[in-house]
Amino acid sequence: MSKEGRQSAIKAMPVRLGGRIMLSAPGKKAKNFKGTIMRLLQYLRPHSFSLLIVFALAVCGTVFSILGPKILGRATTLFFNGMMDRLRGVPDAGIDFELVGKIMLLLTGIYILSEAFNYLGQFIMAGVVQKIVYTMREEVYQKLTRLPLKFFDTYTHGEILSRVTNDMDLIGSTLGQSLTHLISSIVTVAGVMAMMLIISPAMTLIALLTLPLWYLITTKITRYSQKMFVDQQRELGELNSHIEEAYGGHIIVKSFGNEEKVIQRFKEINERLYDAGWRALFISGIIMPLINFVNNMGYVLVCIVGAVFVIQGRIAIGDMQAFIQYSRNFKEPIIQFANVANIIQATIAAAERVFELLDEEEEKADSPHALTLFAPRGEVKFENVTFGYSADATLIKNMNIAVKAGQTVAIVGPTGAGKTTLVNLLMRFYEISGGRITIDGIDIREIKRGTLRGIFGMVLQDTWLFQGTIRDNIAYGKEGATDEEIRRAAAAARADHFIRTLPGGYDTVLNEEASNISQGQKQLLTIARAILADPAILILDEATSNVDTRTELLIQKAMADLMKGRTSFVIAHRLSTIKDADMILVMNEGEVVEKGTNAELLALNGFYAALHKSRFAVEEAI
Amino acid sequence: MINLLRYLKNFKFSIGVSLLLIAIRALAELYLPTLSADMVNIGIVNRDIEYILHVGSWMLIITAAGIAAFILAGYLSSKATAGFARILREEVFSRVESFSLQEFDRFGTASLINRTTNDITQVQNFLVFALRMIVMVPILGAGCIVLAFSRDAILALVFVVVTPVILAVIFFFMRQGLPLFKIMQEKLDRLNLIVREGLTGIRVIRAFNRDSYEKQRFERANFEYAATGLRVNRLMEAMTPLITLIMNLSIIAIVWFGGIRIDLGFTNVGDLMAFIQYAMQVLYSFIAISRMFLIIPRATASAARINEVLNTKPQILDGPAEKQPQDQKTRGHVEFKDVTFRYPEAKRPVLRNISFRAGPGEVTAIIGSTGSGKSTLVHLMLRLYDVDSGSILIDGVDVREMPQKSLREKISFVPQKTILFSGTILDNICYGREDAGSEEVLRAAEIAQAMEFISEMKDGFSSPVAQGGKNLSGGQRQRLAIARALLKKADIYIFDDSFSALDYATEARLRRALAQEMAGATLFIISQRINTVKNADRIIVLDKGRIAGIGTHEELMASCDIYREIVVSQLSEEETA
Ligand SMILES: Nc1ncnc2c1ncn2[C@@H]1O[C@H](COP(=O)(O)OP(=O)(O)OP(=O)(O)O)[C@@H](O)[C@H]1O
Ligand SMILES: Nc1ncnc2c1ncn2[C@@H]1O[C@H](COP(=O)(O)OP(=O)(O)OP(=O)(O)O)[C@@H](O)[C@H]1O
Ligand SMILES: [Mg+2]
Repeated sequence: MSKEGRQSAIKAMPVRLGGRIMLSAPGKKAKNFKGTIMRLLQYLRPHSFSLLIVFALAVCGTVFSILGPKILGRATTLFFNGMMDRLRGVPDAGIDFELVGKIMLLLTGIYILSEAFNYLGQFIMAGVVQKIVYTMREEVYQKLTRLPLKFFDTYTHGEILSRVTNDMDLIGSTLGQSLTHLISSIVTVAGVMAMMLIISPAMTLIALLTLPLWYLITTKITRYSQKMFVDQQRELGELNSHIEEAYGGHIIVKSFGNEEKVIQRFKEINERLYDAGWRALFISGIIMPLINFVNNMGYVLVCIVGAVFVIQGRIAIGDMQAFIQYSRNFKEPIIQFANVANIIQATIAAAERVFELLDEEEEKADSPHALTLFAPRGEVKFENVTFGYSADATLIKNMNIAVKAGQTVAIVGPTGAGKTTLVNLLMRFYEISGGRITIDGIDIREIKRGTLRGIFGMVLQDTWLFQGTIRDNIAYGKEGATDEEIRRAAAAARADHFIRTLPGGYDTVLNEEASNISQGQKQLLTIARAILADPAILILDEATSNVDTRTELLIQKAMADLMKGRTSFVIAHRLSTIKDADMILVMNEGEVVEKGTNAELLALNGFYAALHKSRFAVEEAI
Repeated sequence: MINLLRYLKNFKFSIGVSLLLIAIRALAELYLPTLSADMVNIGIVNRDIEYILHVGSWMLIITAAGIAAFILAGYLSSKATAGFARILREEVFSRVESFSLQEFDRFGTASLINRTTNDITQVQNFLVFALRMIVMVPILGAGCIVLAFSRDAILALVFVVVTPVILAVIFFFMRQGLPLFKIMQEKLDRLNLIVREGLTGIRVIRAFNRDSYEKQRFERANFEYAATGLRVNRLMEAMTPLITLIMNLSIIAIVWFGGIRIDLGFTNVGDLMAFIQYAMQVLYSFIAISRMFLIIPRATASAARINEVLNTKPQILDGPAEKQPQDQKTRGHVEFKDVTFRYPEAKRPVLRNISFRAGPGEVTAIIGSTGSGKSTLVHLMLRLYDVDSGSILIDGVDVREMPQKSLREKISFVPQKTILFSGTILDNICYGREDAGSEEVLRAAEIAQAMEFISEMKDGFSSPVAQGGKNLSGGQRQRLAIARALLKKADIYIFDDSFSALDYATEARLRRALAQEMAGATLFIISQRINTVKNADRIIVLDKGRIAGIGTHEELMASCDIYREIVVSQLSEEETA
């Protein structure tokens, strides 16, 4: 059955179905170029002093390089006059080599200075650009730390990564070019124009006749290239996101033999990227020849008019030569100007994507009076808490829980009941929409997030370890932990033994996906990490789900010590883990349906008792 | 980099034509100063305005032809370069897709992502430049030098002196730049890695309040990247001014010597002017070349990284296609014969002398302590790694002797770590079989006990799934992964600790449904729960990579100490229940 066929067939089924929702950042149209430019300029402001120097250097450098041809022209005029005089038979006529020599020396000095200034300008500029890009990257990263988790539920990693690498890279490589060329071309245009005016206003006018054409070409083309660049960066982001997922899920792709399908999808996006890519290339490549064409037309006109003027004796031949050289020189900055206009399009297309990320709505800022130091006893209360992941679907309604300091609370319930959600709320990963959660009577919203999260130590359902040594991974729970502490934590988590059998022991480097240790071993490491953190409140969310039961028993003993006198939340399906809890919260569909101790709840013979019985039902299954 | 250029061969024609067109335009460009010299030497000297106009209109026509050629060339070469990048990306991506886990881990995900996108962009950037310059510049440069020689061979000796100097300068910068650019791409990998880790581990980072630590890590990587970038930029930026200076000085020399030669009557002013224009043209060519050499080092560094991927041959290769078993009835047989396997860097084998058989209609359970090699065992069955000794036979054929595709078609796998992709619930379930009918999808979801939550979602099967299934609960994720595996019709099903996030009631229902629906299939179930494995036809107890016992629950209770210990560790739970 075709995909569409199935889609529609499934739609006809009693299951409620809606439209497909795009998750990755939707490809927004280029909207606000002016705004983006203004914003980019903001980044230049702190460097205005450096930029001023760059500007001054560019002016000097350019003035010198503009003076060059004029002075060179004088030498030519000297030659010409000398020869003419000789032809006319003036006695002692010839070229005044002393004067020519002086001119040459002067020129040498000027050229050296001009290039020195040029380089100095580039040197400073490179520093400015790197700083700006560094700052922007930094800002993007900082931003990521301030975004709510909700945001990360909607953007794919590849999309975000593309903004940090591909887009920022484009900005980095084009911003410098844009700025230096912009400055130097402005100066050159002005300077060259001045020189041409000095030599011959009339000829300048002719050279300038081509200006409107330049303007027309540049604006027309950049308008078109805008779209191309935006498309290109967007497709690149999408491709990156596809690649990231495919590489991240390599094992699934392989074991489902789905390589070809993944490659097919890759080809589709790649095709679109190609389409946007060649257009962008073509457009940016076409600017130069077009401008060149217009310029060559100007050049021809200048030649013709210049030749006529020389014949009529209105200008010297050396001046004509200089003028021709200028009008050629004139072309360079104009081409650069057009190029800059074009490159800026690319810069902006990329910057816009970065700004888009920077403009995402952040987590509510901590209130200025929020507590920064807080050593709670560990009394936790949920009062009328209401929450839903999306505004239109409430998951938790009017929840009330009171946990006394030092209690061990077990949370049980069928999958999807909202157990992990409860933890998410406690840690303030998501904002509740009603009621309040307090610790020692203080609303968690009045505690700085960092401080709040420092209170908890948690082991999550998904293990997360980073590329680095096992030692560093365990020490993640506590800054400046000693080797002995790390080892003791590992021993309590029953990880010490396996770590020591690894080739590098504690210095074994986990690879990027931490796939060089087993899943259960990963869990042991995350437990060790939490033990080392020695938090005021402990949260274990199915911390040992992949650990074998013999090891689990041993860990439980270690944990029992750790949990003594410490408020702890334990989520587990294996009931052995929870039967000794001071309080068991039984959750179903976002509500606490029962609470009490193991014995009380069994006596109640309700939901918990049924859950309990289901353990035995398992035995009949296979 | 050269050997990447082989991917240009599809574009031979358009590149050839575009180079030709560019050559035409270069010649046109060259012809202009010659004409303008004629204008001076003939037109002005003879005061012949008509001649001047005549030459002028020729100049216009040539200019127009030049531009037309160039635009067409631009069109062709843009398509060729973008096409080249497209092919290269595809090539790299497909190569990476063919990697086994071993090669994959060697590069690391972040680096592979960069190599597939960013590095290729660098090479493309180079190519764009190269195509524009490669013909234009030498023709212009050489043409100008030739013309200059024809005007005044002695004066043109200046070029003979200057050219080697400039080439030496370019060579120097190349040598210096290349290693720096290589470092730079590596720093970019590092940056990518840290951001990616920050994204995958966001909850843990926030939970441990380690934002500031991560920030520092990022700052360092960012700083190093920026600093390397700055160093290399400042180095390379020196090249253009230096070359410009050299060229300007040589123009001064030309004028000086030209003056002397005019004085001696060997040449005239018009020729000198044309000569200077040629010199300028050569100057621009050299500057253009130097700009091209600015991007060569980065492109070379990137090309090396791309080649590294392309030259990595996957170690796991397809067996011949013929060796497929014909008999339809005997499908689903698995046999391990004395299998021993060691991970490349590990000291000791993770699995030693594993032998067992399993057949259709049977449930084989694998139990054993953390790290005993259970997942490794099933990965070997899927041939994600190759055994060191012994062999694994599926339906009587060694897994190394059949195509990977047909091997993996026979097996359906639910990995221990649930991996879902962004898309909809439906997309994820149909991952293994896009052509599945709606009946089948519903069935798979029902057996996996996923219907109960899917039907409660607002959009049902079209509800969005975030990358990695972040917007679902652990148990929901696992059930989707199970549904995905069930929908893929296979002879052998492997569940690697796939019920760990399910509550007992759900697991019981799921296993009951499995038992009914999968009666004819070969099932492998890895689990830590005795209850889950108890009724299996065969339980394999793994301990430190060896089979500590194999048999039914009753047999093992009687014979296997380790099994008994596992049972006892779970007994306490039962007793209190
Ligand atoms: N980030 C999220 N965005 C939207 N919905 C979510 C998100 N996380 C969880 N949900 C939904 O909220 C409900 C409760 O999920 P939760 O993770 O709290 O369940 P749980 O009780 O921990 O289940 P399990 O035992 O399977 O881990 C589920 O229906 C799930 O689909
Ligand atoms: N890619 C790898 N490279 C090197 N060593 C590895 C790799 N993957 C696993 N190991 C090691 O091999 C051993 C067996 O790992 P495996 O994943 O098979 O264990 P397991 O029995 O599935 O454990 P668990 O119950 O924790 O899932 C472990 O000690 C682990 O550290
Ligand atoms: Mg495993």
